[in-house]
Amino acid sequence: MMAYIIRRVLYAIPILVGVNVLTFVLFFVVNPPDDMARMNLGIKRVTPEAIQTWKAERGYDLPLLYNGQAQGLEQLTGTIFFQKSVKLFSFDFGRSDSGRDIGYDISQRMWPSLAIAGPVFLIGLLTTIGIALAVVLFRATPIDLTVVVAAVAMMSISGLFYIIGGQWLVGKLLRLIPISGYDTGWEAAKFLVLPVIIGVVGGLGSGIRVYRTLFLEEIHKDYVRTARAKGLSENAVLFRHVLRNAMIPILTMVVAAIPLLFMGALVTESFFGIPGLGSYTIDAISRQDFAIVRSMVFLGSVLYILGLLLTDISYTLVDPRVRLS
Amino acid sequence: MRILLALLISLSLAACGKPWNNPYPKGEEGLRILYSSFSEQPKHLDPARSYSSNEYAFIAQIYEPPLQYHFLKRPYELIPLTATEVPKPRLLDAQGSPLPEGADPATVAFSEYEIRIQPGIRYQPHPAFALKPDGTPRYLELGEKDLIGVHALKDFAEIGTRELTAADHVFQIKRLAQASTHSPIAGLMAEHIDGFEDFAKRIAAEEKRPQQKGFLDLRQFEMAGVREIDRHRFSIRLKGVYPQFVYWLAMPFFAPMPWEAVRFYSQPGMEERNISLDWYPVGTGPFLLAENNPNLRMVLDRNPNFHGETYPAEGEPDDRDQGLLADAGRPLPLIDKAVHSLEKEDIPYWNKFLQGYYDTSGITSDSFDQAVRFDTGGEAGLTGAMKRKGINLTTAVTTSIMYLGFNMKDSVVGGDTERARLLRRAISIAVDYEEYIAIFANGRGLTAQGPLPPGIFGHREGDYNPHVFEKSEGRLKRRAIAEAKGLLAKAGYPDAIDSATGKPLVLYFDVAAAGPDDKSRLSWLRKQFDKLGVQLILRTTDYNRFQEKMQKGTGQMFWWGWNADYPDPENFFFLLHGPNGKVEHGGENAANYANPEFDALFDRMKNMPNGPERQAVINQMTEILRRDAPWIWGFFPKGFSLHHAWYHNVKPNLMANNTLKYKRIDPEGRREFRIQWNEPLWWPVILTLLALAALIIPAVRLHRQRERSSAR
Repeated sequence: MMAYIIRRVLYAIPILVGVNVLTFVLFFVVNPPDDMARMNLGIKRVTPEAIQTWKAERGYDLPLLYNGQAQGLEQLTGTIFFQKSVKLFSFDFGRSDSGRDIGYDISQRMWPSLAIAGPVFLIGLLTTIGIALAVVLFRATPIDLTVVVAAVAMMSISGLFYIIGGQWLVGKLLRLIPISGYDTGWEAAKFLVLPVIIGVVGGLGSGIRVYRTLFLEEIHKDYVRTARAKGLSENAVLFRHVLRNAMIPILTMVVAAIPLLFMGALVTESFFGIPGLGSYTIDAISRQDFAIVRSMVFLGSVLYILGLLLTDISYTLVDPRVRLS
Repeated sequence: MRILLALLISLSLAACGKPWNNPYPKGEEGLRILYSSFSEQPKHLDPARSYSSNEYAFIAQIYEPPLQYHFLKRPYELIPLTATEVPKPRLLDAQGSPLPEGADPATVAFSEYEIRIQPGIRYQPHPAFALKPDGTPRYLELGEKDLIGVHALKDFAEIGTRELTAADHVFQIKRLAQASTHSPIAGLMAEHIDGFEDFAKRIAAEEKRPQQKGFLDLRQFEMAGVREIDRHRFSIRLKGVYPQFVYWLAMPFFAPMPWEAVRFYSQPGMEERNISLDWYPVGTGPFLLAENNPNLRMVLDRNPNFHGETYPAEGEPDDRDQGLLADAGRPLPLIDKAVHSLEKEDIPYWNKFLQGYYDTSGITSDSFDQAVRFDTGGEAGLTGAMKRKGINLTTAVTTSIMYLGFNMKDSVVGGDTERARLLRRAISIAVDYEEYIAIFANGRGLTAQGPLPPGIFGHREGDYNPHVFEKSEGRLKRRAIAEAKGLLAKAGYPDAIDSATGKPLVLYFDVAAAGPDDKSRLSWLRKQFDKLGVQLILRTTDYNRFQEKMQKGTGQMFWWGWNADYPDPENFFFLLHGPNGKVEHGGENAANYANPEFDALFDRMKNMPNGPERQAVINQMTEILRRDAPWIWGFFPKGFSLHHAWYHNVKPNLMANNTLKYKRIDPEGRREFRIQWNEPLWWPVILTLLALAALIIPAVRLHRQRERSSAR
């Protein structure tokens, strides 16, 4: 398995380089360094000299991808791309264009993101699997039909509606919890209830539909018929056999998502005023802070690759027939 | 089920007397804390660099320049803050000999301002001032080892303070010249302060030396025009005359900066730990920044070292009746703390204001109809729902202008020809800004008749632009579109056809547009041109491309705005001053308007004291601008804000940013209202749970029945 992991890690390097090149090109096509400087220096009374100084201080006065003025290897290394990208591979994210240490900011802001994403993920997973199994228990009955219709309806509603509707209903009408905000320590709990409920409810529709399909596929297999023939109750069949055998597709969806929980939820964090990594990324995009955008895209890619690797490894844990080689 | 009900009942009982949705920590209810919000994170908190209102909301409470605006008096009046008096310039000729007051500006080589600061003012507590027992600085020679375990300013165990001196002001002015400080007013000050430019060049050269690393002690370098006279006096010598300079002395750019703070922050390892002047300000003002977490909240606490100031005892005639003098003579600040929470979205922001969790609020377009209604006379007032909550509305025409500019370098709409002038005037009539204000600003604006907004000397109430408006039965009316078409024909475009080429007149509008709101605005604008039969092509782009076009002068027409730095007509007319053209000089004259007659009048007007003579010159300048029409004058936005009954001393002051110290809160009143408005509602939750139970219990029974029947 170790050889497999090493091979996958090595495969990741060209992928990460590619992602970095793509981010770099896309960003600088839209935002040349002059624009970044202007954005940072403000609107009023910005002189061309101030723009030049700002660029020189941050290394944005170099050519983008190829330095024709330099000699030898420096033609590639004396570029913004090289200078800004190479350190990423050692997870040195450097400083944001406004001067903040990105690594420190990420380490601070991933916790609020996790504080929402973790419970949403866990509670959401258990709830959707539970409801999906219950629906399968009542398959081909009016209960099944009602839940499927409700799930389709819930899937069709925008996530924004859940957020605004939830804030209106729970925060404004019922006045049970704060509409938005965040705090540190245990004080954070009261601010997390609403986004977590909304996150769970918002994901129910699609979750129920997917898991219901997975379980229905399993329930017609021979081993299930055998289990029933043995005289096992429907509960035992579902929860002991069907659920266990449906684990591989569940893991495919679930494990890959775990590392990305760190990345935060863009819209939810913005609406609830939660200082997580989602709002960090959104703010960086609106401020044209390339250093942060690049770091977050890189981090997202690394976590995604890690998620896929974990998924592969998890297969071996739930299915003894799978071997990584 | 019984347990659930018991839990809900106990929760309901526990809820009595305290709102459940209170976003603030327990125990804060009875304290004199002001709760507000901000939507955009401040980029800079360094007073040399900061130049936007969202940053001033914080730093103006922390840093104190020598002067400030009187909180209540109008027209705006400068009064001393840390200075002992408002300085008057001493005029000097080229030999340095004094000239009499009111001397011909042409004979004045220098004007010198001597500023005396009050003794005994001390800085807020800060580690940069901490001293060892032997009197040497505690934290100004730190090595990497000393910073182990340090992640924030609070991790430094010792703090100190010291008296504000004139040298701190001199140091700050030198910082303005330092290129690495990125002060936006460096260019402007180089034009006026003697020796500023030379100093900037010397410092730039010094910073480029390889030996130069870390703190560059600006005290070692002299700036010819800025001098420390003694511990509490310093002088600034300007080239020629620049009467508006005193207004700059009321802005944070000229707030004092202790050298120890700059040295403290420039030590190795500080920046890596995000410990910088941009993050931890050091001032003498009534507040200090106790918590700087712009991703969550920013908290201002009372500065224990504040030198003391009292609430003004005089104001405008109505102020006493409105209760604005109730606190006269009381020591400032009137609150202990201000909590500003990050609120990016309008919906939670507005709802939290209505729940009493923000003391004051602006009015977004979404909530406008809920809050404001206009009476038959066009006067804005509150809706019944707002009045019942005791909410108050404050309105003020801002000292800013939003205009539509013509690029005077353009071959069609620009230039000094009569043809282009008539074309611009025809368009000025067609673009109906009264309609724009009604549709897009909810009526929150005043149609501009020239560049000067109300509240700025030179603005004349009732005066109007006769090229665009006319008086009919005592009321002001926009000229008819037929008249505009006549002007168009006179300009050589009958029926919007170019008589020289026979081709339809096509114009271009350059705009940085991003959202759906922009689409409707642009669609409206196109319709205005349709009235003349002129085809308008919209060249939408992003903000940066738009800026680039403006700098290169490749745009034809554009929207732009200006917010006054200080209450002087010079700060508006300079936007049309030839030597300030954007393309040729990189200035703020985005229309690139250049008229020698106007420029000469501007040069005269800017040095004159307010009075009838200056008014006459301003009238002449305004008339030239109305005739040439380099802008469609657009509108002056009106600011609307709401505040709760417990929030006192609210008077719009569009020039002063340091008004937090005057605000008063009645925490008891606020607590009662919050309890009244936020009683939790449990019965829908109980009903929902019962409904769920009603669905689940039969399903479980059904399942058991099925299990039993299959077992049989």
